Amino acid sequence: MNNYLNVNFSSIEFKNPVIAASGTFGIGYQQHFDLSKLGGICTKGLTLFPKSGNDGIRIWETASGLMNSIGLENIGIKNFINNELPILKKLGVRTIVNINGSTVDEYLECVSIINNEEIDIIELNISCPNVKEGGLLFGINAKTASQIVRKVRGITKLPLVIKLSPNAENIVRIAQCCEEEGADGLSLVNTFKAMSVDIYNRKPVFNNMYAGLSGPAIKPIALRMVHEVCQNVEIPVMGLGGITSGKDALEFIMAGATCIQVGTANFINPYSCLEIIKEIDTFMNKEGIKSLNEIRGII
Amino acid sequence: MCKIIYNEQLCKDIFLIKVSGKFQGSMGQFYMLKGWNSLHPLLGRPFTIFDIDNNSISFLYRVVGEGAKLLSHLKRNDSIHVLGPYGNGFPIPKGCIALIGGGMGIAALYLAAKQLYNKQFIKSIDIYLGFKDTPILLDYFKKHADKLVIEVGNNISSVVNIHKYDYVFSCGPEDMMKSIISQKYFEKPKIFISLEKRMACAVGACLSCSCKTKSGNRLVCKDGPIFPGEDIIFEQLSKC
Repeated sequence: MNNYLNVNFSSIEFKNPVIAASGTFGIGYQQHFDLSKLGGICTKGLTLFPKSGNDGIRIWETASGLMNSIGLENIGIKNFINNELPILKKLGVRTIVNINGSTVDEYLECVSIINNEEIDIIELNISCPNVKEGGLLFGINAKTASQIVRKVRGITKLPLVIKLSPNAENIVRIAQCCEEEGADGLSLVNTFKAMSVDIYNRKPVFNNMYAGLSGPAIKPIALRMVHEVCQNVEIPVMGLGGITSGKDALEFIMAGATCIQVGTANFINPYSCLEIIKEIDTFMNKEGIKSLNEIRGII
Repeated sequence: MCKIIYNEQLCKDIFLIKVSGKFQGSMGQFYMLKGWNSLHPLLGRPFTIFDIDNNSISFLYRVVGEGAKLLSHLKRNDSIHVLGPYGNGFPIPKGCIALIGGGMGIAALYLAAKQLYNKQFIKSIDIYLGFKDTPILLDYFKKHADKLVIEVGNNISSVVNIHKYDYVFSCGPEDMMKSIISQKYFEKPKIFISLEKRMACAVGACLSCSCKTKSGNRLVCKDGPIFPGEDIIFEQLSKC
């Protein structure tokens, strides 16, 4: 693999542009491949205290897509720092820590705890559709998004990426607000609020009624949103939403993304991230591209 | 991709698929199978190892959903994605063993019988199998059992006296496993049951197979699928 796959995201060097997305990846994938090949790993969404997640069915397949309603089950930020972060740090990949909260104070406390750790990026998740409090509530409206980003920016010097929701009232406006409040970058899009009905039992499949849709089904819309945002902000963007191949990844990069995140594809094929890196490399070789800067944002 | 050696229909909707290749795995562990390249269904399906040898692995499955239906259409020499092994598997037991399976739960027990039968540390293996209608694979189980008891149409747990055993391994309908565990009053036997859940990653990342146990939330794919019987909260199983 050539070093021209390197990308620079807000002064952070990634060995390649492929990052495993939050909630879809973990050290368990070592069973399949050497995780040091990745550009980065984004952790499962973490909260101040452990959360047991949602009851009922948690995943449901739809045509070319996957709905999930995990409800942010996680071990809590302190257990993560003690038990999982040391393992991640040894991998030699960029560590992105995804932070969630049900209140502004919870986000702030979580950030203040992770502030002292050697991590590469905080990904502030204001876009989880599967919790009743917090999450997406902060990511729908530009004003509330501005407020939380301003407060978090005020207490951390760590690189701060805001994960945006496609369910936002106006994703471009929210992106601009995050930039104005000092975010170092953006990641988009999180899952689309979606629904499925169990027609035999006459009830929704998910206990929470709605769930988050990801996978190839959302890719064209995610790509359009990444393009629109990239046209309207200066800060770098991590593009995600249904990427399953090198071709998909290159589309996001040509639309303006600096890096890409791979999520649901890890479930479809655990080697997806590796294959995507290889396919980008092959494309660049064939097309005589020496740096992804040559094609980034050309659309 | 691996080649299919056979994909045999054993009765109305139950198939035994055998795949060629060098595989690893132990009793109670599982693999993710995907016999299609399209995006619908999106995910592979988890199947417990039915049998394994130096050159092949086999899985028993019932056609209940879209994924298993597609699997059932595969023929000899067709290709299939076979990923694994995943999960913890049954612990190594000793003394007198009962294997109690109902419905497709019998799939998890054959390899246990095969791997344990005639081992020095095993005094006896009694196998109890419950079938809804047609008994299958009895010749397979007979070879590796001191006693084979079958029930058709009834809950097999009603004919088992678990207190005769040092270890009980069980897999099958919730009612059956619940009734086995409810019989336990003493230290003996140690009961281990195999759970099944909807899952995506099989390596503990997606948390879709999380279930509430007496030891807190546990992942069927990574912490299981084999759990100590006394840890299971059956009322919670149907909720998650």
